Amino acid sequence: MSPSENTGVVEFFERPPPQAKKWSKARILGIILLGLWIAAGLGLIYYLFAAYTQEFADKYALKFLRGIWVTFQIVGLSLIFGALLSFPVALGRLSKNRLIGGIAFGYSYLMRGTPLLAQTYLVYYGLGSFNKELQAIGLWWFFRDAFNCVVLIFTLNTAAYQAEILRGAIENVEKGQTEAGQALGIPKLVIFWKIVLPQALITALRPYGNEIILMIKGSAIASLVTVFDLMGETRRAYSRSFDFQTYIWAAILYLSVVETLRRLWDKFENYLTRHLQRDSE
Amino acid sequence: MDNALTLLSFGAEGWGDEIAYGTFITISLALATLPLGLVMGFFLALARQSDEPSLQTSANIYITIFRGLPELLTLFIVYFGFPIGLNLIVHDLLGYEIIDVSSFLAGMIALGVVFSAYASEVFTSAFKGISQGQYEGGYALGLSNFSTMRLIILPQLIRLSLPGLSNLWLILLKETALVSAIGLTDILRSSGIAARVSKELFLFFGVAFLIYLVLSIISSLGIVAIERWSKRGEGLR
Repeated sequence: MSPSENTGVVEFFERPPPQAKKWSKARILGIILLGLWIAAGLGLIYYLFAAYTQEFADKYALKFLRGIWVTFQIVGLSLIFGALLSFPVALGRLSKNRLIGGIAFGYSYLMRGTPLLAQTYLVYYGLGSFNKELQAIGLWWFFRDAFNCVVLIFTLNTAAYQAEILRGAIENVEKGQTEAGQALGIPKLVIFWKIVLPQALITALRPYGNEIILMIKGSAIASLVTVFDLMGETRRAYSRSFDFQTYIWAAILYLSVVETLRRLWDKFENYLTRHLQRDSE
Repeated sequence: MDNALTLLSFGAEGWGDEIAYGTFITISLALATLPLGLVMGFFLALARQSDEPSLQTSANIYITIFRGLPELLTLFIVYFGFPIGLNLIVHDLLGYEIIDVSSFLAGMIALGVVFSAYASEVFTSAFKGISQGQYEGGYALGLSNFSTMRLIILPQLIRLSLPGLSNLWLILLKETALVSAIGLTDILRSSGIAARVSKELFLFFGVAFLIYLVLSIISSLGIVAIERWSKRGEGLR
């Protein structure tokens, strides 16, 4: 019926059937990719089952666990010492004194502008080459051990990053908070300690969590200067057995440590900020 | 002091030319990795943006894996594992010659993969900064999906993701130092060889440290210039 024949009768049409979920390009691609992941995962499990021997497990399982423990030690010690050191650096970055600010900025830039590996080599091999001088001043016992050198340089490195996190967080606290404290006649130190810092630390929680994970990943570098952390044990096991599953096991271990930690940190963050969350109803 | 200058000179007695070559390798590795990582990161972000759950999950698995593994381990897995996997297909199944993966290529793949996982996070948050109206505007003008992306979304996306990406570039530049562990003669390895041969360990590792510092400073200056350029349309504030 053409539009010109207007009969005044409203015609009713059948409603079109609901559209079936289309096999769009995105859907096909997504399912192919997901299939590839599943295949890769199954392949990995099959490979690990096929490659598993009692001998390999007896020889290396304990060493891997010891490696994880060394990794935890390196990361834990560096993070704690780094956190302590980051306070003066962050305060220096915030200071109005140009000399102190300049020194703190220089330190932070030096540590953040160069690779951790280059820093580690510079301390372990570079400073280590002055063994006579170090013996003379009685510090050789410290620098002789690769573990100490690694903890020292990781501490210096993470302190610079943590100082930037802290500085950003402190600057983010509204100025009104400080002013309110001043209006109440609270001493400066107490304002900083009781009002500004707690609020700053809450915004700093997320970057701190990232820094912990970056440190765990970065600590693999210690294996390049003869420390037998998880990565070091892996490399030693590979160089003896030429069995590629050593690297796969290391990957699984690192991934589970990092994922567990990330999830725990999320929980921790949620718990600490529970007073800031609104009920989702 | 004279001794140090001789050691650093270009020529038969000095190590200057070797270290300069190492610097060239480091810069070319970083520059070769950057486009690879950016393109993969962009597609990962697109996959996470899509309505298709299977596509999102695949992208998330990729990102979780490569953000959780230490870069050094990824590098070793690519360097040692890639030839094994590749030869399984090429040699055993197809019967071709055994392929050797060069350390440069292994470094490029490993660093690119890690870069792309982080870049996808940057792109994802940049996508969130572009309002739905921008897409609708493109639709109203009758642009195809591809043209909307190219002409409307991408220019804004680049500007929004620049700060994050420039941070990733600085990280990438520093991570290239890891390829010295798989035998690529970058800055760190060439100066390491010089250090061991000449027994001037502090001097040469110090030089490597300073070269990285200079590269970082140059990058920071470049980034400031690019950011100013990207904001040229915003007018004076």
